[in-house]
Amino acid sequence: MNTPTDTPVLVMEARGLVKRYGQVVALDGVDFELRAGEIMAVIGDNGAGKSSLIKALSGATIPDEGEIRLDGKPIRFKSPMDARREGIETVYQDLAVAPAMTIAENLFLGREIIKPGLLGRLLRIIDKTKMLEESIARMNDLKVGIRSMTQAVETLSGGQRQCVAVARSAAFARHVVILDEPTAALGVKEGNMVLELIRRVRDKGLPVILISHNMPHVFEIADRIHIARLGKRACIVDPKKISMSDTVAVMTGAMRPDELPAEALA
Amino acid sequence: MTTTHSRAAQFTIGALFTALAAAAAAADQPVIGLITKTDTNPFFVKMKEGAQAAATAKGAKLLSAAGKADGDNAGQVTAIENMIAGGAKTILITPSDSKAIVPAIKKAQAQGVMFIALDSPADPMEATDALFATNNYTAGELIGKYAKAAMAGKPAKIATLDLFPGHPVGAQRHNGFMSGFGMQAPDAKVNELGKSAEIVCSADSFGDQAKGQTAMENCLQKNPDINLVYTINEPAAAGAYQALKAAGKDKGVIIVSVDGGCAGVKNVKAGVIAATSQQYPLKMAAMGVEAGVDYAKTGKKAKGYTDTGVTLITDKPMSGVESKDTKVGTDLCWGNK
Amino acid sequence: MSTTSRLPPIASLGPLIALVLAAAFFATQSDRFLSIQNFSLILQQVMVVGTIAIGQTLIILTAGIDLSCGMVMALGGIVMTKLAVGAGMNPYAAIACGLLVCMGFGLVNGLLVTRIRLPSFIVTLGTMNIAFAITQLYSGAQTVTDLPPEMVFFGSTFAIGGAAVNYGTLLMIALYAFVWWGLRDTQPGRHVYAVGNNPEATRLTGIATDKVLLMVYVTAGLFYGIASLLSVARTGVGDPNAGQTENLDAITAVVLGGTSLFGGRGIVLGSLLGALIVGVFRNGLTLMGVPSVYQVLITGVLVILAVATDQLSRKGGR
Repeated sequence: MNTPTDTPVLVMEARGLVKRYGQVVALDGVDFELRAGEIMAVIGDNGAGKSSLIKALSGATIPDEGEIRLDGKPIRFKSPMDARREGIETVYQDLAVAPAMTIAENLFLGREIIKPGLLGRLLRIIDKTKMLEESIARMNDLKVGIRSMTQAVETLSGGQRQCVAVARSAAFARHVVILDEPTAALGVKEGNMVLELIRRVRDKGLPVILISHNMPHVFEIADRIHIARLGKRACIVDPKKISMSDTVAVMTGAMRPDELPAEALA
Repeated sequence: MTTTHSRAAQFTIGALFTALAAAAAAADQPVIGLITKTDTNPFFVKMKEGAQAAATAKGAKLLSAAGKADGDNAGQVTAIENMIAGGAKTILITPSDSKAIVPAIKKAQAQGVMFIALDSPADPMEATDALFATNNYTAGELIGKYAKAAMAGKPAKIATLDLFPGHPVGAQRHNGFMSGFGMQAPDAKVNELGKSAEIVCSADSFGDQAKGQTAMENCLQKNPDINLVYTINEPAAAGAYQALKAAGKDKGVIIVSVDGGCAGVKNVKAGVIAATSQQYPLKMAAMGVEAGVDYAKTGKKAKGYTDTGVTLITDKPMSGVESKDTKVGTDLCWGNK
Repeated sequence: MSTTSRLPPIASLGPLIALVLAAAFFATQSDRFLSIQNFSLILQQVMVVGTIAIGQTLIILTAGIDLSCGMVMALGGIVMTKLAVGAGMNPYAAIACGLLVCMGFGLVNGLLVTRIRLPSFIVTLGTMNIAFAITQLYSGAQTVTDLPPEMVFFGSTFAIGGAAVNYGTLLMIALYAFVWWGLRDTQPGRHVYAVGNNPEATRLTGIATDKVLLMVYVTAGLFYGIASLLSVARTGVGDPNAGQTENLDAITAVVLGGTSLFGGRGIVLGSLLGALIVGVFRNGLTLMGVPSVYQVLITGVLVILAVATDQLSRKGGR
């Protein structure tokens, strides 16, 4: 479901978000936009406000001022559950999996498939066969190469676990997938495995917001890059039209956005 | 002197004298402390009641305290200190740990406080000025003699439901029972449980009904022909009876016990327990209070061991063994009647 | 059995192996050990601790612990017997009251853990003392006797092929089967494991962690209540001093059964095996004429072995 890039549809948009923690201003009137079918990476130095931005978009915090729109409709999240209900799925840094439970159980954690029928609904009996089928189907769809869905998550490698978490969000998201540092602490091969998966998620029609410190990964996979600086958005750049060093320079303040050539902006 | 003056003088002197007398009386009221092992065991509850009644009757003031649980020595030491601060000159105590309490006792005795152990001795026994207690060995002997007579020459297969290892009371009652029955038995000073060919099973009941039941069940499993059961106390006996009844053996097996609590005497009347040695916590307490009052008034300390007595209670008396029936037992019992 | 194809290595087979080995050993030491009658006896002897252990397992699965279980059980027993005998209440109503009191304590424990966020160890340490004191005060430290026959029903037996089978043990086994199935196959059951394994993750996936915990504590209270009925039925009295050793015995049974004290891992059937191991040793040692203090020693050694095995198998599982 790829839309033509000359009439970009904004799936998600934020204007003038402000968030204060006591004296500290974490978000100072930041703007944000996410087009359909794209991977938008959010980068920035520590304290630039990128995690506060993501928390506001995923419903983990409520901004003091500003507006968020989903598909053009203004929206207010009071909790992460509200965001989920609107079809926004977030994968946190610690993955939020129960290590002793199986992949299938983790995929459906909190949303288990209940057996139909009176007894099933009364006692909330889990339809394990269906859950297993669904798990295999979704993972195959995303081409995640894990043999058995009945393995405990703790037996997987770090990269495989990350894939399970990403696949879970992709399976249930209807609008947006947010990934917080998905390739941190992964080796080269595993990191690439996760990047491949993220690409497939985008190709299935889900836009992805990605926070990362890993510049090479960001440049490899992002369609556009949102540079966060001092609680605001410095600019959005096109990774194909700007060098990594220039991007880092804008991020650290060594270069100002208006010093960039026009085609670098996106 | 005019009449008004002399009347005023008389009035003043009279008032002064009354005040002095009152002060003197207050200063004279003996303060006695009672420290029990716990305040939940009905045995100690009754002991406290007896002490309170005796104190009221003799115009003494009773301070009471207890440890938190069997074995809580620290709690009893604290109680001693508090009572001395409260003016107690005599302390009655059922020691939770007979050895560990001795230093605290010695310290208090140096300040002129008299100590009387009730029900269980301190170790060494002479650490307290006096001991008023049941002779647990005699208690065991009585039911041993009774059992021997009740068995009427039948070969005995005996189960003993004991307390737990190392407790002097448990050993004394068990060994006393053996001696009374006519077996080769250790004497009263020994802390270990004697063995013999007729005792086919010994198990620990911890004086608890449920554990007594489990112990009896396992003993019956080991030797289904058990026909005589010695129990450390009446809750253990009740548990043994449950086990025997479940196995259909309640009619053919004799159970003997020690304590003489009202619930236990009821069980003797009901035929659950054949005979029990009744002991008298109320008497221990009353005697203790009396000794305390004596000490406060005359400075004379109580000394040595006084046996507070034990009576065999049964509704099926055997010749050669003195006993009283359950009517007497109920009159004298301790607990809720 | 569960959806995990990789069983936690030794931890779940361990208790079964230990039980079989112990039984085999005692069978060689006494010819009175290996009989249906003796096994029925052992089951009866562990049915109270076994039932308490069901509730304790649920709580330990959430990485909590309940030190008040035995005392709450004793309170339940006193409440139901005093109401039936002293107040002349209908026995079934009295039993219901006892169950409700136990569930009430479970609710208090659960609220203190979820609302005030106190560690379960501390909370249940407090409620343990409170339950004990209430039991002593309400009963006046006296056992309650002359119970109505309905109340001791579960202590009675029926005959199957020469052996006496006890209704109470059948109830305990049925409860174990139901809880085992529930934890394995129902959504609330799986959520109990999830909360114990990673409470933060569970919260983030939208599961009402606090509700799950509250349900666990109240359900545990219900099982303590059922255990009190079984205890009353077995001994035929309401005993205010019941439950004092059952406190630690229940936790021992859960630990011996392979449930991890860190939460999220374990099978409730293991707790039944754990309770049976203790019961088999007690029975076997008495048949051998060995003093009871050795039973205590062996139990201590087994607990250390069980926890060590749990730790080692977790490390090996990575």
